[in-house]
Amino acid sequence: MSQVTKVWTAFNGLFAGLGAQFRAMNKWQRYSVYGLGIIALYLLPYWPEVPVLGQIVNTPGSQFETVMNDQVIIFVLVALGLNVVVGIAGLLDLGYVGFYAVGAYVTAILTSAHGNLPWLLALPVAVIISMLFGVILGTPTLRLRGDYLAIVTLGFGEIIRLTAKNMDWLGASRGISNIAKPPSMFGLKFGVLDAKPYFYLGLTLVFIVIFILHRLEYSRVGRAWVAIREDEDAAELMGVNTFKFKLWAFTIGAGIGGLAGVHYAGKVGFINPDNFPLQLSILFLAAVVLGGSGNMYGAILGAILVAYMPERLRNFADKRVFVFGIVLVLMMVFRPEGILPKRVGNEHKKRKAKAQAGEVAS
Amino acid sequence: MSDILLDFNQVTMQFGGVTALNDVTLQIKRGEILGLIGPNGAGKTTCFNVMTGVYSPTKGSVSFEGKNLAKLKRYEITNVGIARTFQNIRLFSQMTALENVMVGADARKRSSVGGAILRTPRQRHEEKEARERSMELLQFMGIADRAETAARNLPYGYQRRLEIARALATEPKLLCLDEPAAGFNPAEKQELNELILKIREQGYTVLLIEHDMNVVMKVSDRVAVLDFGQKIADGLPADVRANPAVIAAYLGVDDHAS
Amino acid sequence: MPDWLIVRTFWDLTVTGLALGSIYALVALGYTLVYGVLRLINFAHSEIFMVGTFGALLASTQFLNVPLLENGNYPYRTGMTLIIFLVFIMLIAMLFSGVGAVVLERVAYRPLRGNGDSFGAIVLAFLTAFVVSLVFVDEAKINVIIALLGTAPISYAYLRYFKQGRQAPRLAFLISAIGASTAIAEAVGVWSKNGRDQYQTPRLLEKKTLFTMFGTDVRIDYVIVIVGALLMMTALTLFVNKTRLGRGVRAVAQDAETSRILGVNVDLIIIVTFALGGIMAGGAAMLFTLVYDQTRFNIGFILGVKSFTAAVLGGIGNLKGALLGGLLLGLVENYGSAIFGGQWKDVIAFTMLLIVLMFRPTGLLGESLGKARV
Repeated sequence: MSQVTKVWTAFNGLFAGLGAQFRAMNKWQRYSVYGLGIIALYLLPYWPEVPVLGQIVNTPGSQFETVMNDQVIIFVLVALGLNVVVGIAGLLDLGYVGFYAVGAYVTAILTSAHGNLPWLLALPVAVIISMLFGVILGTPTLRLRGDYLAIVTLGFGEIIRLTAKNMDWLGASRGISNIAKPPSMFGLKFGVLDAKPYFYLGLTLVFIVIFILHRLEYSRVGRAWVAIREDEDAAELMGVNTFKFKLWAFTIGAGIGGLAGVHYAGKVGFINPDNFPLQLSILFLAAVVLGGSGNMYGAILGAILVAYMPERLRNFADKRVFVFGIVLVLMMVFRPEGILPKRVGNEHKKRKAKAQAGEVAS
Repeated sequence: MSDILLDFNQVTMQFGGVTALNDVTLQIKRGEILGLIGPNGAGKTTCFNVMTGVYSPTKGSVSFEGKNLAKLKRYEITNVGIARTFQNIRLFSQMTALENVMVGADARKRSSVGGAILRTPRQRHEEKEARERSMELLQFMGIADRAETAARNLPYGYQRRLEIARALATEPKLLCLDEPAAGFNPAEKQELNELILKIREQGYTVLLIEHDMNVVMKVSDRVAVLDFGQKIADGLPADVRANPAVIAAYLGVDDHAS
Repeated sequence: MPDWLIVRTFWDLTVTGLALGSIYALVALGYTLVYGVLRLINFAHSEIFMVGTFGALLASTQFLNVPLLENGNYPYRTGMTLIIFLVFIMLIAMLFSGVGAVVLERVAYRPLRGNGDSFGAIVLAFLTAFVVSLVFVDEAKINVIIALLGTAPISYAYLRYFKQGRQAPRLAFLISAIGASTAIAEAVGVWSKNGRDQYQTPRLLEKKTLFTMFGTDVRIDYVIVIVGALLMMTALTLFVNKTRLGRGVRAVAQDAETSRILGVNVDLIIIVTFALGGIMAGGAAMLFTLVYDQTRFNIGFILGVKSFTAAVLGGIGNLKGALLGGLLLGLVENYGSAIFGGQWKDVIAFTMLLIVLMFRPTGLLGESLGKARV
């Protein structure tokens, strides 16, 4: 075994050891660890001020919390949504930026261009409309073979962008400005300069989405999705209505993408078609594929890498799309499942079920 | 309630120029174990696929408890009460054994996305029930000790039995087994026979395609024989075994008197 | 609008539509060939086309040293000189695209088929070292040097870690293609002289009217495009139908395993397939620069999607279908933009794609590279 393999095994062993210790803790101990983690994340804007950690983590050249919110949180939300479509249900979507754009544009239209709704009201409307677009796009196309679906979704993404560019009602090339900001809540004011409130809001949205997705994963819906991904025909013959569940995956993914768009629009206050190019769809896909498609935490990891690394290592910011193109190829050659592969089985139910099986079998 | 569960009536199945089944009529009675045999290429798998609703017959009809199967979508077949296993095992390899079975159990559920997100009482109840039923089925099949193992890591014998467990989880009336003994040694085949009998005792009707005479003849109540897409015999195992047409089909017609 | 003007515009649009469509058709051939043989959508084919246009650019500006303007005029050439120059540019474009296609196959697809070779390992190693060096330095020359240093050890490691004998899932091929496509386009956009801006190509041909038909002046460059494309397609069809390699291509398209057993060198056939597609794209690239006098790092994308639409429209895997689809798309796009306005051109193309895929995914002429009818 080469040196590299030895180091890698040791590294894995370390994590496995930590993982085992973690699982060995009882429920309350684990919840406290989660709790501490969540608090630490909410304090993220203050990390650069922590002595050693701050140096490692800070982004030269741009404000840390702006990066964290505008790029990382948005990418995390998008990756979570795209992961449902690509990773869990196995549907290759190359036009995810379309749903993101729909969310942003609906918010813009309702709060600025053609309406006066507050941001908070525009949010659910935009998410629902994004989901509707998911249904509209998905219904005729989900019956297509995988490769074709990819191209169709790509076409969809571009159609959205080009329609926005060419229709005055959508602001054409000028775009739409004066988009409403989220209302003051919990003592936070959403202004123009400070990114911190947006970060807290975005992080909260991420936790809500994770919560919902987690519930879906450990239910018949999640099982159906994995079954469809593994062997669609066998799944059908076992009673899984594959079309319905694929459409749900697509729609939920669309909704989450739209949600990300709403948050984005609320923060930047001004959008135009150039904010939603095809390259963004590629980066979104890279985030999911790189981190580990099919694995929620993999998607988050991938999003952090894709959004954060170019800012941290300022050097290659304008070459970031090139780098991620190469990364995609390398990943597919050596590790198509991504950094964090899909997990098998229900982790936290493992011990309980083992106990049951042990009791009954003896 | 009629005695006849599956009515396979004058079914002809053509794929382009090839006639795989030619005017086959067959009935499966409630509570029986029917074996379907025939030489390679006789059309057993096609027949099986038509019976389980995978193909729609070119001519003729297939009814299950009076309902015409041709009108159903593939995922509705388990609703009607037909479940099957596959000749080359098609488990969901990345799921655990328990999860595989639960997918089958899910077929009977009514809650969906909304219930899953909100964890409604009905959803929680259904989920708990499905889990318990699935564990019971795993125990029934004798593979509960590996409930949390990924399907692809299970030994071959376990995988075969898992497929059956999964099919049973859909609460079928008719269980269709496609070459369940493939790759088994004689001891395992004996166990399989006992298992099939046990399943019938639970109230299921069983349709079985098999090559191995030891399995089929010992366990079936009735045997149907196909050759070149046509049914050439249908009756008790002992009668079929002695049927000259059946012998000829398997061994070939003897040209020279010995 | 007076009737004669509509008629005149109609024929105008038809001629330009046929020319545009011919270019689509040539590029579509690349998609259809690769799909027919490998059942893979070569997403990066659009960048192969783009590389061809840059080949044409280099051929005329660097190798032939033709300036963009001579004394304030276009650098027109005539007679034999013109023909030789054009042929030369065409060959160089084909070379760039053909080689690019073969390299692409060996680097981004072959390792996924389970037989990654040293060439692929070396290129991937170089790219890896290059990307890693970007983390530390952003000076193109230094990056290249570091990359060259790192290539040897990394390629050795890669060869050992290639998943030999195991085919990656279908999705992986598509994602690899997307990665390759993105990387190639971005590389040109970042590191070429004009970066992401437009490049002008020298206009060697004076775009005179060749003849008049139905009241429309037909320009010589359109004629060259249409005739050139037809010639190339005929050559390709002859190759596929009459030569040994061509038969191999059809055999592998129909059944790769059996072909392999019968002694067909499948890897060679795959290289030939990609090379053919690349050559056609190179031809299209040169014709494109002939008509439009320009290129840029991302022209591949939109043209690629449209050509793919054309391939699907005609029936993917079907060579005649690629031709039909291309011409049809060119015409529809032109007529459509006359009716709805030029800015909707791309939307029309994308919408056509969606409609075709939804209602007739096998295309107008059906899939058929594998069958005898080509």
